[in-house]
Amino acid sequence: MPGKLKAKIVAGRHLPVMDRASDLTDAFVEVKFGNTTFKTDVCPKSLNPQWNSEWFKFEVDDEDLQDEPLQITVLDHDTYSANDAIGKVYIDIDPLLSCEAATVISGWFPIYDTIHGIRGEINVLVKVDLFNDLNRFRQSSCGVKFFCTTSIPKCYRVVMVHGFVEELVVNEDPEYQWIDRIRTPRASNEARQRLISLMSGELQRKIGLKVLEMGGNAVLGYLQCFDLEGESGLVVRAIGTACTLDKLSSLPTAVLPACNSPSREMKESPLAQAPSHGCRSSHNSPVHSAAAASARLSQGFSVSVPTLIFTGMGSGGSAGKDGGPLKTLLRQQTQSALEQREFPFFTLTCFPPGFLIHVGGVVSARSVKLLDRIHNPDEPETRDAWWEEIRQEIKSHAKALGCHAVVGYSESTSICEEVCILSASGTAAILNPKFMQEGCLDSYSEHRLEDPAPPSCGFCHIPYDELNMPFPAHLTYCYNCRRQKVPDVLFTTIDLPVEATVMGKGSLIQARLCRLKKKAQGEVNATAISNLLPFMEYELHTQLMNKLKLRSMNALFGLRVQISVGENMLVGLASATGVYLMALPAPGGIQIAGKTPSDITYEQHISNMQKKINDTISKNKDLYEVHPQEIIEEVIGSPIPESRQRSRLFRSHSESSDEVSELDLSHGKKDAFVLEIDDTDAVEDIHSLLTDAPMPSGFYSCNTEIMPGIYNWTSSLQMFTSVRVFRLNNVNLTNQGLNKIFNDLCENLLKSLYFKLRSMVPCCLCHLNFAVAVPEEELIQVAVTAVAMTFDKEQAQENFKANMEKAIMKVISENEEQLQFPLELCTETPAPQPFSPSKGTGHQDGGGIHTSARATSVDYSSFADRCSTWIELIKLKAQAIRRGSIKTTASQEKGSPLPEGRSRSLRCMRPFPSSTVSVVKMTPLSFLPGTRIIKYLGIINMFFIRETTSLREEGGVSGFLHCFIAEVFAMVRAHVAALGGNAVVSYSMKECVFMENPNKNQAQCLINVSGDAVIFVRESEAEATAAAPQTSSMQNLSGAAEANA
Amino acid sequence: MSVELDVFVGNTTIMDEEVYQFWLDGYTVNDAVKVRMEGGVLEEYEASTDVLLSDTMDQFRTFQMCERLLHTPAKLANQLLFQIPPHRQTMLIERYYAFDNAFVREVLGKKLSKGTKKDLDDISAKTGITLKSCRRQFDNFKRVFKVVEELKGPLVENIQQHFLLSDKLARDYAAIVFFANNRFETGKRKLQFLSFQDFAFCAGQLISNWTVGAVDNMVEDMDVDLDKEFLQDLKDLKILINDKDLLDQHKSLVCTALRGKTKVFNEMEANFKTLSRALVNIAAKLTNTKDVRDLFIDLVEKFIEPCRSDRWTSADVRLFLTYYTNSARTLDTFRHQVTWDRYMDVIKSCILKMYHD
Repeated sequence: MPGKLKAKIVAGRHLPVMDRASDLTDAFVEVKFGNTTFKTDVCPKSLNPQWNSEWFKFEVDDEDLQDEPLQITVLDHDTYSANDAIGKVYIDIDPLLSCEAATVISGWFPIYDTIHGIRGEINVLVKVDLFNDLNRFRQSSCGVKFFCTTSIPKCYRVVMVHGFVEELVVNEDPEYQWIDRIRTPRASNEARQRLISLMSGELQRKIGLKVLEMGGNAVLGYLQCFDLEGESGLVVRAIGTACTLDKLSSLPTAVLPACNSPSREMKESPLAQAPSHGCRSSHNSPVHSAAAASARLSQGFSVSVPTLIFTGMGSGGSAGKDGGPLKTLLRQQTQSALEQREFPFFTLTCFPPGFLIHVGGVVSARSVKLLDRIHNPDEPETRDAWWEEIRQEIKSHAKALGCHAVVGYSESTSICEEVCILSASGTAAILNPKFMQEGCLDSYSEHRLEDPAPPSCGFCHIPYDELNMPFPAHLTYCYNCRRQKVPDVLFTTIDLPVEATVMGKGSLIQARLCRLKKKAQGEVNATAISNLLPFMEYELHTQLMNKLKLRSMNALFGLRVQISVGENMLVGLASATGVYLMALPAPGGIQIAGKTPSDITYEQHISNMQKKINDTISKNKDLYEVHPQEIIEEVIGSPIPESRQRSRLFRSHSESSDEVSELDLSHGKKDAFVLEIDDTDAVEDIHSLLTDAPMPSGFYSCNTEIMPGIYNWTSSLQMFTSVRVFRLNNVNLTNQGLNKIFNDLCENLLKSLYFKLRSMVPCCLCHLNFAVAVPEEELIQVAVTAVAMTFDKEQAQENFKANMEKAIMKVISENEEQLQFPLELCTETPAPQPFSPSKGTGHQDGGGIHTSARATSVDYSSFADRCSTWIELIKLKAQAIRRGSIKTTASQEKGSPLPEGRSRSLRCMRPFPSSTVSVVKMTPLSFLPGTRIIKYLGIINMFFIRETTSLREEGGVSGFLHCFIAEVFAMVRAHVAALGGNAVVSYSMKECVFMENPNKNQAQCLINVSGDAVIFVRESEAEATAAAPQTSSMQNLSGAAEANA
Repeated sequence: MSVELDVFVGNTTIMDEEVYQFWLDGYTVNDAVKVRMEGGVLEEYEASTDVLLSDTMDQFRTFQMCERLLHTPAKLANQLLFQIPPHRQTMLIERYYAFDNAFVREVLGKKLSKGTKKDLDDISAKTGITLKSCRRQFDNFKRVFKVVEELKGPLVENIQQHFLLSDKLARDYAAIVFFANNRFETGKRKLQFLSFQDFAFCAGQLISNWTVGAVDNMVEDMDVDLDKEFLQDLKDLKILINDKDLLDQHKSLVCTALRGKTKVFNEMEANFKTLSRALVNIAAKLTNTKDVRDLFIDLVEKFIEPCRSDRWTSADVRLFLTYYTNSARTLDTFRHQVTWDRYMDVIKSCILKMYHD
């Protein structure tokens, strides 16, 4: 009997009128947990009843505590007929089971009915007394903390990262049971809500058990999804990263200099980038034999479509050998640490500096399956096997890239009737072995000081063997350290690492694509889909690449490719945030080549287009403040002979005409990207390139946690969800027509968002998350969730200057006293590390300084670390002189969020008039600017169904959905407030399934949301201690770097 | 090809004041879009008509969902559905309860019944205010009326407390409720020159001096009903005109005082008896409900118009009324000073407020 759950019903308010005669309600409440039910007295004739009940006590197993929600039903007492239900509240008890999270749940909860929506509110108090259970064989995992956040939560430190955890549970969907024919829609919806609540409780408990087995106490980057497979059942699955976390009892500045300041700094640090250079040519095997073979699983039919998007510029050859011969000792080490794990995957997207050593590129795999009824819910082997297969594939792709781990890993599905596309993607990477070793790592934040401090460019360096590349790539020496090879383009699924040196600002880049497909059934359908997939991926990749070039950028972060399947089409949407990484070569322009140069009008047409493109490029350069320095190239020379060759996209037979290539010179001597217009497709492509409307001034957008180049956020933010459904009435659509419609849909949606949020300018839409679906034939649904955050332009300038000076000073001092720092360091962070920090990485990344140099990306700091050999020194002298004159626009970098933080919080201190409802902020990011999160209260994971049989009366589909989304927000806020929190971070809407039947005046919608409930305080309130953390951390970092060199 | 569904929901509810006003004014979505386009929002943000349409629809929908809450503004602060910062809540309420002067002039003093509601089409046609907006305003009047009707305590405070309105707006509503309850005639052609604010001022005077609440502040309807006893007492004032001596004495006191101070002295002297009779007769008749309703028309017909035709300036009127009131107090045989002051203070300020073109 390891737990006692106590609940008290205090009062209700704003109840609906249930008795027409008196215009009043005789309300009472049923409180149910497991199979036990208690009732309150009836509070007669009141719309604001005061029950003030006794404490209802439930004595239960902790296993049940984890699985079951507390169910509160408000009813209207009726003497003669059956009592009418007013609505329900489900309360997840889980946050009370961990001693560090919430201790009591107390507050007003909206009373929710699946037919009528919110009907009044109820005030409830819930507590749990837990007894210690020392049973080794227990089935519960109370106390394991779950975080949706994909970085290391503020106010915790990571003792150890254990790795990937996954689990899935299946059940029959109540909506498809025979009984559904005879029960009311309400009963059916409630059965579904309850079942899903139970299943996610169970899932969480099981994952918790796995974590305990591994010796961890927390799951980061917890991602739970539902697959509504219809007839064949309901799958709830989750993945996450098991860790051992330690709570930082206080937040003294001295202890963790870097992280508490603008706590934000840490989180952004995810670093990884995957060099996906070039067009993902190496799609190596569109439906190749291996896949087909593995596809034949026991149940029916399935095809797996391996799609490995790693990169490689140039036309696509096949290529891919998996032989990434181990390059260094380091790799062997790490490998062994990771090899014991079945799947060396990490759902995190932000990492502490030093965690990522190299990033190989994006790896992804998709597989098309035919769904079959799940016969035995207790043995979900089929689904397990499907995912197992995909993960193996991802693992082998990563290996082919010479990487031993996958970071920023995620999984998703798209289901249409009985066809299901399973997708997984991540970023292949080489990790620092230290983080995987027991006990060697006290906390990311502290220990990064002792890392061999890889240079800021380290993660860009290729992890694979240059002579034995998995795909044709175009390598140059790193533009930062000049020692290692880097690809010319890098694609990743993670956030921009903190240490990355970036020029200018980032930009949201989207590739959009529709493909028609014949309607079909069963295997034929699955085959058709799997045949289309590789082409879609190829085109999405091409679009991304073109748009990247158009913005003069060379890397993508947070790449997310969704392919949704409908009855007669496939919709693909790839979103990412483009940036210009200083370590990678500057991208060349885009050059158009005509196929028939003889025709004059045609040539004119082409040169017009070329001009437009060139104009756009130069406009974009200004807009994003990207001004690559061409000179660099000359000094360095081209390390690789082929680099002078033109790389081509699209099969090109004719060389570009002279005229055109001259135009191209305006974009520098770099290789241009040649677009050949040899068919209408290409024209379309170019056209769509140019139709992306520019953002209105004052706006920026990205889909990552943080916008590179903006660091002075104010505290004002607005999280929003926008949903659009588009009906295609045209029966005879072509692929092009469809593409245009879809493209317009997305563009218009963005335009609407900019317009809506115009009062927040200057502002950035962060974490723009698009979800596409094809709910019915001829319908395309796009749902967007993001947060708009304002920033301060003027402040930026000042801070930037300050940072610059600081950075320069520091670099100078470092150069003078190179050897001193390591010693100082040790005293500052006393915990010695079992591993010698310099062991593996030393020779590879040797002497990078880097983080400090970020603010002044072009100046002497990077110079300093290059001086390790005298030859380079000579080379660089000339360069340094030139650089002295370089404009410094590039550098509003991440220097110090701190000073901004301070002033920012001041301005947000304006007092608010009191209201009985406390304000709860919501954001898809893991932080709130200008604030510090002081406590994580537990995970919020809610699932709601809403249905109506009076669609017109509720304002049509828009009215219905608008109201429902507002209700979902309200319920999330109420739960957070009841836990004592004032914000939800890492919020996401993972599912929004909308179905309508206007003829019957009906509609139904399912929404699943999740996030982390937190308490934050304004930075100004907690600031006294935060003196100059940033400076010290920088020094430490660079000091460590020198130790190594 | 069409957008089937289009919604935008912010964690903090986004509301544009301009669009809110269009909604309050009863514009259709399309009309609002048209006006907004002309207003030039488009150029600033390079938005297309679609963008505006989508934004306007979204906001109209939001307002519609909020409307239920605005009917009981106290709920707005307690509800969980919309997260609206307090200053925005205040704005929403204040604007929702705001009304058009043109509209209120039409309805002022009428019974807030279904019958009147049916006439809203005509009012809408006459004033150019959309029917939807007329309905909203009418329903607001009625709602406020119903709520405060049965409450004890001061009218303005009750309105403020239940509807969270600003002081100014609460006072206006008090006037509307007061007029509706006493059914004062305000619609006659002769009264057309008076604005709502003129009447609101008079209502304020009447409420604070002539109602039950002016003497006892814990009675039901205290601020809405006139003090019957007081009205009865007013009959006693007739002595001022019925007693020939008293009337002459009164006249000579006033004339002595005013001689040389006004250009219209002769007219004043000639009309003194008529004016005095008019004012006292109005007082004496107030026991009849019918005559109460005609209070304002009587004041205009019997006092304001004669003065105006003799070209009195407002300063003249002020001077006259001041001495007229004060000298009655000094009449030896006049024993109703208290009633007289309570009556004349109100009448004087009302006439002065109403004495304009």
